[in-house]
Amino acid sequence: MNLEILGISVLWLFLFGYVIIASIDFGAGFFNAYSLLTGRQHILTHIIQRYLSPVWEITNVFLVFFFVGIVGFFPRTAFYYGTTLLVPVSIGIILLAIRGSYYAFESYGSRGHKGYSFMYGAAGLVIPAALSVVLTISEGGFISMKKGQPVLDYWALFTSPFTWSIVVLAISAVLFISAVFLTWYADKAKDEGATRLLRKFALIWAGPLAVSVIGIMVELRKHNPTHFDRMVDVWYLLVISAVMFLITVRLIWKRSNYGTALALLVGQFAFAFFAYGVSHYPYLLYPHLTLYDSFTNEAMAIALVIAFILGFCLLIPSLYLVLKLFLFDKDYVRGKEKNHV
Amino acid sequence: MDSGNAVFFSRVLTEVTLTFHIIYATIGVGIPLMIMIAQWVGIKKNDEHYILLARRLARGFVITVAVGVVTGTAIGLQLSLLWPNFMQLAGNVIALPLFMETFAFFFEAIFLGIYLYTWDRFENQKKHLLLLIPVAIGASMSAVFITIVNAFMNAPQGFDVVNGQLVNIQPILAMLNPAMPTKVGHVLVTAYMTSAFVLAAIAAFRMLKGSPHLYHKKSLFLYMKLGLVFSLASLLIGDFSAKYLVKYQPEKLAAAEWHFETDKGASLILFGVTDGENIKYAIKVPYALSILAHNNPFAEVTGLNEFPRDETPPLYIHYLFDTMVMIGTFMIVLSAVYVFGKYKNWNFISSRWFRWLIVAGGPLTVIALEAGWWLAEVGRQPWILYKYMKVAEAATTSEHVDLMLVLFCLLYLILGIGSIVVLGRMFRKNPIEQEIADREAEKGGDFT
Repeated sequence: MNLEILGISVLWLFLFGYVIIASIDFGAGFFNAYSLLTGRQHILTHIIQRYLSPVWEITNVFLVFFFVGIVGFFPRTAFYYGTTLLVPVSIGIILLAIRGSYYAFESYGSRGHKGYSFMYGAAGLVIPAALSVVLTISEGGFISMKKGQPVLDYWALFTSPFTWSIVVLAISAVLFISAVFLTWYADKAKDEGATRLLRKFALIWAGPLAVSVIGIMVELRKHNPTHFDRMVDVWYLLVISAVMFLITVRLIWKRSNYGTALALLVGQFAFAFFAYGVSHYPYLLYPHLTLYDSFTNEAMAIALVIAFILGFCLLIPSLYLVLKLFLFDKDYVRGKEKNHV
Repeated sequence: MDSGNAVFFSRVLTEVTLTFHIIYATIGVGIPLMIMIAQWVGIKKNDEHYILLARRLARGFVITVAVGVVTGTAIGLQLSLLWPNFMQLAGNVIALPLFMETFAFFFEAIFLGIYLYTWDRFENQKKHLLLLIPVAIGASMSAVFITIVNAFMNAPQGFDVVNGQLVNIQPILAMLNPAMPTKVGHVLVTAYMTSAFVLAAIAAFRMLKGSPHLYHKKSLFLYMKLGLVFSLASLLIGDFSAKYLVKYQPEKLAAAEWHFETDKGASLILFGVTDGENIKYAIKVPYALSILAHNNPFAEVTGLNEFPRDETPPLYIHYLFDTMVMIGTFMIVLSAVYVFGKYKNWNFISSRWFRWLIVAGGPLTVIALEAGWWLAEVGRQPWILYKYMKVAEAATTSEHVDLMLVLFCLLYLILGIGSIVVLGRMFRKNPIEQEIADREAEKGGDFT
């Protein structure tokens, strides 16, 4: 394994981490707003707040880690993606900013403002859509070079069915991941009302998720046949993912083993994410930028890897501590204590 | 919009973002230390008031941290979005401290979450103090690493340029650039100083508004003492910074001091206005610039005329320099008088007018902070990477920067107003008297 592969694997892992924990966060905001609209918020709000409060800042760091890391390992991505993504990513940042800060404002300042909650919920769906555009662009066909500078063709981007199938996938994945996680969390908290409601959400969103995945395969075949063929080469990874998905849905349906369902959920997304990443290799931006022509110099790569290993030695025990205190602590999860500054 | 406009709007957007971000970021670096000290004093003196002080500060800190985090994310991404050519080049040499900064930030975020949500879980306050140490270290270390990136832009090293290609890259050498020690030192101590004076200002304000509680007196005295220590440290490191500039970036100091002709025994200029050649209404302090630059009243100081016109920064940075130094000096005097007067039992330090001065000190220190950063940043114009890359070559070619500028300005307006309203409400609704009464009631309840 060379340093390029190591670098992109680490970053891919962090992006995967962000996708999972940010989905829980974004979906939770949406469910909270939805339950407010249907007058059932008393069922969900406490569960959601107890989980989100200590971790919302950590979620954000996963994203920062990814984009700082990719510019570090692959500086030329700054040139291609930085120039072209100004508008979609700026919108993403603004929504993330409003979301992140209002979360803190809400929980410490003025609890229960309806307007905030709706904005919070809506932003949770728009952000994945805005950020998933990056995945669409990386497939090529939307960026052309003019006078040596990359230019993004917005019209082609927004009229492409491929873009929209990725957006649908992003939103339904967010809601499905979030619902499965919160079902497990609510069940642990022995909160039957919340469990029942969230279980229903999980089952509802499994459908669109499955449909959009099939839609993407169809669109990808037209849009980027090379990538599609490589994806077919790793068909077994996709099959494993699909089987895991089916078992997750079945477990939730049977109301048994929510813990296993959650583990399988992470597994299915890990396999799908890995299959997508591997088949995209070696391109970072098809066909302009590969892993190899954008890699940083060797000295910096080694320094980054060392920094990464040392940093990880610091993070793993700390993250474990967070899990122990807020996810696996029975009294905290059940809300038995007053847990607030 | 042509690319000239893109450069202009990219500069404005970066400036607006950083100007807004550094208020929250500076507080984010300083406050954890202030909370830690309050908690530590509380444990040592066995005084509930200091523990409560730590607790109330932590609660307000969440709001400022939230804004700091989200605007920090914004500037982090804007570096690549607005300055793609710079990041492509710099990513090869300076990615290491950027990467390490995210680790420090990660570390801080994890322990801040734990600290905030375990207040009533640990009986022992010492355990709680232990949780604060990684928060304070993480906050200060992220400031250290990000300042190293900025120092590198001022004094790039750790690579060679052969035929337009960067070769022989040494990441550690790039981090240990000559601008690093003074920059990092000044940023850290001024962050602590700003936080201390802002907290002192809040305590003084509560006292002026009629809360006679002992709690505010303790808070005021504690933070004026800390403010004095850190403002003296800022003065010292500021002096080192000037000596650094003489050696490595003489045109910045020359422009800040309107020192056009190279001469010996150069005088320091305070205030005044200039049309580019003549200086009016200024106070000249003879020999002071030579002393500032070389510790020798007769030393020679290079003048601005020695440099090519298109490589010198704008002359208005003089006003920024004046603002920063004047406020810094004022705060040293103010806090010294207060702390000294406290030991000598001078009455006037408890008078209303003196307390109003302390209240004014909070926002004034923030203004000095902004002025200092503008001076440092505008003072290296026209370079983005000193002597290697000009700002105009680094900016994006995208055509939508002006629209993004408008959107981000709206965002900062919302965040600014939101944070002030929430903080105000948080402390007005729950004044210290109320909180102490509540805690007594809670404790009483435990016994029954």
